[in-house]
Amino acid sequence: MATEPGTTATDESTDPGSESRSYPLGLTFLSGAVAAGSVLPLLWLIETALRSGLGEPVALLFDPLTLQVLANSVVLVAGVTVASVLISVPLAYLTVRTDLPFRRFWTVAVMLPLVIPSYIGAFAFVSVFSPNGEVQSLLTPLGVEELPGIYGLEGTVLVLTLYTYPYVYITSRASLKTLDTSLVDAARTLKHTRWEAFKRVVVPQIRPAVAAGALLTALYTLSDFGTPQIMRYSVFTRIIYTRWATSPEFSAVLSLQLLAVTVLILAVESRIRGDDTLHGSGGTPHSSGRMRLGRWKWPALAFPALVVGFALVVPVGTLLLWLVRGGATGSGVPFELAYVANSVDVSLAAALIATLVGLPVAYLSARHRTRVGDLFERITYVGYAVPGVVMGLALVFVGINVAPSLYLTLPLLVFAYVVRFLPQSVGSTRASFLQVNPALPEAARTLGRSSVGAFRAVTLPLAAPGLLGGAALVFLTTMKELPATLMLSPSGYKTLVTYIWQMQADGYYGDAAVPALVLVAISALAIFVIISQEGYDVK
Amino acid sequence: MSNSTLQPTDEPRTSRPDPATDETVLELDGVSKTYGDERVIDDLSLSVADGEILTLLGPSGCGKTTTLRLIAGLERPDGGTVSLDGSAVAGDGDFVAPERRGVGVVFQEFALFPHMTAEENIAFGLKDRPEAAREARVDEMLDLVGLDAHRESRPDELSGGQQQRVALARSLAPEPEMLLLDEPFSNLDVDLRVEMREEVRKIIKEAGVTAISVTHDQEEALSISDRVAVMDDGRIEQVDRPEQVFQHPESRFVAGFLGHASFLSGYVGGGSVETGLGTLDRDRIHGLAEEYEGTKLDVLVRPDDLRAEPVATAESADGVVTHRRYLGPTVLYRVELGNGDVLECMHNHTDQVAVGTNVAVGLDADHDLAWFPASQR
Repeated sequence: MATEPGTTATDESTDPGSESRSYPLGLTFLSGAVAAGSVLPLLWLIETALRSGLGEPVALLFDPLTLQVLANSVVLVAGVTVASVLISVPLAYLTVRTDLPFRRFWTVAVMLPLVIPSYIGAFAFVSVFSPNGEVQSLLTPLGVEELPGIYGLEGTVLVLTLYTYPYVYITSRASLKTLDTSLVDAARTLKHTRWEAFKRVVVPQIRPAVAAGALLTALYTLSDFGTPQIMRYSVFTRIIYTRWATSPEFSAVLSLQLLAVTVLILAVESRIRGDDTLHGSGGTPHSSGRMRLGRWKWPALAFPALVVGFALVVPVGTLLLWLVRGGATGSGVPFELAYVANSVDVSLAAALIATLVGLPVAYLSARHRTRVGDLFERITYVGYAVPGVVMGLALVFVGINVAPSLYLTLPLLVFAYVVRFLPQSVGSTRASFLQVNPALPEAARTLGRSSVGAFRAVTLPLAAPGLLGGAALVFLTTMKELPATLMLSPSGYKTLVTYIWQMQADGYYGDAAVPALVLVAISALAIFVIISQEGYDVK
Repeated sequence: MSNSTLQPTDEPRTSRPDPATDETVLELDGVSKTYGDERVIDDLSLSVADGEILTLLGPSGCGKTTTLRLIAGLERPDGGTVSLDGSAVAGDGDFVAPERRGVGVVFQEFALFPHMTAEENIAFGLKDRPEAAREARVDEMLDLVGLDAHRESRPDELSGGQQQRVALARSLAPEPEMLLLDEPFSNLDVDLRVEMREEVRKIIKEAGVTAISVTHDQEEALSISDRVAVMDDGRIEQVDRPEQVFQHPESRFVAGFLGHASFLSGYVGGGSVETGLGTLDRDRIHGLAEEYEGTKLDVLVRPDDLRAEPVATAESADGVVTHRRYLGPTVLYRVELGNGDVLECMHNHTDQVAVGTNVAVGLDADHDLAWFPASQR
């Protein structure tokens, strides 16, 4: 008989959440300012690209290097996406619909690669499999002259697949869990083998969910900078980063092209999400409908074990190995706790500011449902869509052209973080405002509080956990942010990430072990926050 | 008017406030409200007297909750005025914010603040009082609703009935001019609902506050109210005492919404009315004026006024049982008369009449009957 906040069955008011009082002018103004702040920097990309007229950028679009980069990026995205689907769907089927031993363990284990930032994974793989890496030094005495190359397309696809397939796994698993097993039973009674039933009944049902996960994977792959840079594979992000200092116009043109490809993928994604069939809640347990693996039970274990072995054991094992061997390998720049403190400082600042500026946007969109308010909320999501390298570059241009006094200072770096991760704080804050039953502030109004008073006494305390969760997310993702950190950090300002990057670039892998492990722990914490906020269940 | 079979509460209604003579606390005048293209409230007028309990009764979507929100100041009317204690609080460009109206609201799902204890919830509206006075008032309210033992409990630790008591105490604590209750019992179990109706009415009367309640449950409306306003489609169809709206509905909608209603078609001729059940004395029909001589009308008959008795032959029968619905304590028979009228008869559950049986229908009402001109739908 408990009251359920959030479910007001108000009898006729069509929209109980919206207050039909005066138009929220102040709030709208604040949100508009935040939205403008997150989208305006991108204008300097266009400004830089068009600096020498329209002819040059158009010519650059057909430059052989540009075409090569476009082709490389498309091949990489396609390769990673296909490989992720090929890994994830069987994994999801095994862990949801069969009697695979230790299913719950594998369910968690195959999601865990998400906690390893892909550039840490790339760096670990290079240190193990490169021509002068661990494995080669073990194999050379045995007469193996050369391992298959880890650099280039194959290695990049391998690493990015290992760290992005969980997106596809999670969506596929969710849709398999909610799939009505009686449909498969029905197909079986209609003379279909299990495989035929899978193809004709299960696949069409889970296709939207798989596609949604695949698009997340594609977006991540397209925007990832660290992995292709470490694996020396020339995609948009890598070339934008390596060329911006010498030819900013070229980088700006490539950035705009990358943005266009990203927008294309996002458009496809929102089309697919339109007929939203994924994430049905829970569903009933399907223990009866589970496929019996029989004598394949134990061999089937090899598959998740192999995936987890590569994605988790190799990098974490490598880092631990470096740690045991005694860390420093002679870079002459030993790791200092001050770097962690620097990371914490900027991340705290980013979290605090992102939460504060996200507040009006989230509140306006959650409570007032004005068209402009929703538009502003959408606009703040550019941070999700714009790859870190592109946002970093845009702010470099802003710094150089508009505010030279801010260029390579902490405020501009923090600004970059805030714009990139604002969606996390807005999303989390907005969700927690939506969970506050609109009748509660109304009750406060009828008990003598002004609208501001009601917000302070009722809405804010109830939404506080969501605000904190959003702040925690921004903090943790800022800690591991790579491209903007590299492009905008003040000279000499070392953080966890810049230190790891410098060490791996110079080949001093041992020195990077401790900070990399710290970073993995931080990422794990971030994932834990997300999971506990969404109440994800692994049963 | 004869005695009603309906006895809403045990309490005698002699002390009932009379809207005609008592001071008017609330006045709605020509109020309208539109959401987008949809007109939810249409030219609604209503006045409520000091100390009375009035219930807005109507089906889902009839505008009753919106009316309540307009009174509380949670919505702005698009037209008309709302006045409390003689001064306009909405309309003509004026708008008094909800916190300045002195109107308490018990929300549908109680809207108790989940992060506060029962005591803190009740004290919420008393922030302007000195601490001692505040504590005294909270104690008084906890006493009134009988929840002293649960003062430290949070809403999720309280049962539905206890939550409702806290909600009531919270809204009454600042001594509002007027109390609004939005479907106050819809969130409770059926058994508890009946108990809480009595309880809430008692508390409201003890507090001496004017109250407007909203419900779609006719039994609830008839049992807790001094007056009932039946609403349909954004308009008030009828406002009157419970017995009156039940016995003498002014429209077919009101007749049908309050309990089962069947209509017996008749023709007014001389001193009597010809119907499918034979001739009714003209004085059994409530206020049938002279000018209806020679016209057709429909007489309202309720299932509990009718009895169907099996007869041997079709010639002596009024009609045939076409449907039988078993309801536990009672059985509802549908009888089709020779002239095509369909009546519903309520019998004790022990009675057994088979579908297809020829029956004579007896009209046992000891009260006068409501009617509608046949031309008026």
